[in-house]
Amino acid sequence: MTTATTAAVGAVGLGKVFEGTGRQRIEALQDIDLAIAPGEFVSLIGPSGCGKSTLLRLIGDLITPSSGSLVVNGKTPHQARLDRDYGMVFQQATLLEWRSVRRNVELPLELIELSKAERAARAEAMLDLVDLAEFADHQPWQLSGGMQQRVAIARALAFDPALLLMDEPFGALDEMTRERMQQEVLRIWSRTGKTVVFVTHSIPEAVFLSSRVMVMSARPGRISQVIEVGLGARRDDDTREDQRFYEAITEVREALRHRQGAVGGEPVREATS
Amino acid sequence: MTGWRRYLPPLLAFPAVIALWEVLVRAFGVESFVLARPSAIVSSFVANWRVIRSAGAATLIEAVGGLAVGVVLGVAAALAASRWAGVRRGLVPIATAASAMPIVAVAPIMNQWFTITSPVSKMMVVAVIVFFPVMINTVRGLSEVDPGQLELMQSLASPPRRILTGVRIPSAMPYFFSALKVASALALIGAIVAEYFGGPQDVLGQYIINRANLFAFPDAWAAILVASFIGIGLYLVVSAIERLVMPWHVSMRTGGPP
Repeated sequence: MTTATTAAVGAVGLGKVFEGTGRQRIEALQDIDLAIAPGEFVSLIGPSGCGKSTLLRLIGDLITPSSGSLVVNGKTPHQARLDRDYGMVFQQATLLEWRSVRRNVELPLELIELSKAERAARAEAMLDLVDLAEFADHQPWQLSGGMQQRVAIARALAFDPALLLMDEPFGALDEMTRERMQQEVLRIWSRTGKTVVFVTHSIPEAVFLSSRVMVMSARPGRISQVIEVGLGARRDDDTREDQRFYEAITEVREALRHRQGAVGGEPVREATS
Repeated sequence: MTGWRRYLPPLLAFPAVIALWEVLVRAFGVESFVLARPSAIVSSFVANWRVIRSAGAATLIEAVGGLAVGVVLGVAAALAASRWAGVRRGLVPIATAASAMPIVAVAPIMNQWFTITSPVSKMMVVAVIVFFPVMINTVRGLSEVDPGQLELMQSLASPPRRILTGVRIPSAMPYFFSALKVASALALIGAIVAEYFGGPQDVLGQYIINRANLFAFPDAWAAILVASFIGIGLYLVVSAIERLVMPWHVSMRTGGPP
């Protein structure tokens, strides 16, 4: 068991409340404890509104917690962000449309004031990693959705961050592209050894990618169950037809269902019809 | 449609309209002070070419000079408004209200302030007219940025200066150029209307008034024609600059994803 201090990401009693006016106060996350080991691939899954994106954004220091503590690589998330410990990939590729593919990947490197030659070399290597080297001089709009998202991944990896935070990165892609991208991410993960925190609402996606799946429940958002996926490190298309793959999917599905009718934290048996 | 075929309909329509105009004016015997014949306008244009050309040049200088002053001030005000919330809250409502005013009405005052004989007085009318749409649109462009792009820059721990130069200013470019196109047309209108209020004689506005007062309507129409050419020219120049500055924009794209 990884403790909160040696973990890549460690949270104790983490909570987030969005203060609105009057009754609009929303308790998005409550009492989150988690420890993610360096090099681990962890998925956050849950119904919409369960706070999985909020948790990711807390880790990435895009928002600040209301309670509890959160440590990233032994630092506060804020310090980790200033140290450029994060690469983030969002649901939309959010490429800057006035920059070529190459210059989009170079964007983070410009911010750390790398020399022109170093930037070019690094961007080249990253585009190579996502298999888009030949599209370096294209404009973002000339690429398909899946290719744009691969550019976003190359950009997130550009300054070699320890942590890759991905917020439903393939949510807008079709099923075929999605499976190819999952394979791609696994390949990059095994080659770079990054810690990955991956938000998704797709059960097969979470199972296929992760070493552990954290199942969340809504109102207030909590981690209700953590499921170890015993599929080993090497995964390919055959994995999708593996018996253990289905078993893990069933396990995650039941964990999700278990919480759906829950009232006051107590599980309620599903009504049978 | 490809190549020259795209330009065929307007190339045919334009001479057709002119010919119809000529035929109708002749057929119904319309007096030239009501509507001049195109052929009379063209011969006036040829006969008075030197005078019209120098008047057109003087008006163009006023329009472009005023446009430059108004655009520089408008962009500067927009940058200040996007940088400081206080400036934005104070300035934008005033600018919006001011832009609803008929600003050419200030022309006599500008003539008084900047001396009626100086082209500067006309430029100032143009600058005031141009300032508001440029400022309001640029403020909108600088603030209506894709929140995802701002979040991206935040995740990269970008300094605020880089967010301005790297995201806000490029995002504002389409807004700025659409304002500039409107402004270039307004600049010419402003210059000519300001000229109507008096000043040197060798300008399009005065030429049009003087010829119209003498019932020399084909001459007035010839000057109006020159004013239109200048307006079209300004628009084309702005479009060309737009193309150079933001070849990435949606409106410039040819071909799609593979």
